[in-house]
Amino acid sequence: MARDGGVSCLRSSEMLNVGLGGMESPPLDLDEVHVLAVDDSLVDRIVIERLLRITSCKVTAVDSGWRALEFLGLDNEKASAELDRLKVDMIITDYCMPGMTGYELLKKIKESSSFRQVPVVIMSSENVLTRIDMCLEEGAEDFLLKPVKLADVKRLRNHLTGDVKLSNGNKRKLPEDSVTVHALLPPPPALTLSTDSSDSSPPLSPVEVFSSPLSSQEDDDVLTTSPGSSPTPEESMGRRQKMRSPGLD
Amino acid sequence: MDSHVAQLQMQYRNYILSLYQQGFLDDQFTELKSLQDDGSPDFVAEVLSLFFDDCVKLVGNMARALDQTGTVDFSQVGANVHQLKGSSSSVGAKRVKGLCINFKELCEAKNYEGCVRCLQQVDIEYKTLKAKLQDMFNVSVIIVHMNPVSVWDDFNKIILGKE
Repeated sequence: MARDGGVSCLRSSEMLNVGLGGMESPPLDLDEVHVLAVDDSLVDRIVIERLLRITSCKVTAVDSGWRALEFLGLDNEKASAELDRLKVDMIITDYCMPGMTGYELLKKIKESSSFRQVPVVIMSSENVLTRIDMCLEEGAEDFLLKPVKLADVKRLRNHLTGDVKLSNGNKRKLPEDSVTVHALLPPPPALTLSTDSSDSSPPLSPVEVFSSPLSSQEDDDVLTTSPGSSPTPEESMGRRQKMRSPGLD
Repeated sequence: MDSHVAQLQMQYRNYILSLYQQGFLDDQFTELKSLQDDGSPDFVAEVLSLFFDDCVKLVGNMARALDQTGTVDFSQVGANVHQLKGSSSSVGAKRVKGLCINFKELCEAKNYEGCVRCLQQVDIEYKTLKAKLQDMFNVSVIIVHMNPVSVWDDFNKIILGKE
């Protein structure tokens, strides 16, 4: 899937065929989130795709900003037919890509009438404040430091579920509202060799992963939020704090 | 439980722990392992395989870029280092990532000798990691094979200690 630049997509016209307004729940979950992931690294595409699938998103993964625009139908001046508009609930893109950067892609998306409402998340391996500010100012929903973890994606997903369930009209919050910076200390280093039992929130120490029971029951239905599977507020804020502190690599 | 299996199991665990302790792996590898489940039992192997393919490709690119008889394009080398740094970071290949950080600085300084040396180290390092992870997977396969019951049930019971 992610190898050839992207396969699955959901068009709203297809979804309408699934019996909107029927008494029974349609086979396709209309609340199902569709994410477009953009990254020139194949390794990173596979990982982000897995992270998104675990959090029950449908994923289309492409390898460049151009392919993303092509997928969205924004690659030419002509507007796409309204009826065939894609249902894309979030776009998550790497920052550093050859050709078109994630920032340039962000700008193009925000300039489009069809997709400016879609939250765009930027990922970067570099913790550069000016870069982060620039992206947030341009309307990025969030900025994630790589390597991206399940806790980050779960946080995005939970945030998104709230938006998607509201009416299509005013679901998009202003960038200023959705970005908060918390002045909390970052969490302690993840790798410990203690045998403290932890809940299923990351990070797990290698001892826990390799010798204690993995909660694979939870993994199977990680789709709905299960107790303990959401990141703790400290962790989410911690990662944001990590993003904001200069000098942290 | 068969004592041979138990012994192998312990060796397997110790081996993995040593990879962390010696700095070959970091918590991102743990994260990847935690994303694997019965539905995607080959996830880690797949990602690692792609990572090592990346290593071969990028090291090749860097070697070619450094082998120019004329002027070396250090930004080209640097671009490849950046990619390798990214993917090593994503799989938890800690030593490879660390080398890439140094390598990047050497590229920025246009330090030819330094870059060549660093590239050699990167080459050795990713191959070493590959061999060690291969050993790890081989042992896990052996353990699984010793018990003919359902393969993945058994993997969970023995390797992960689930009852």
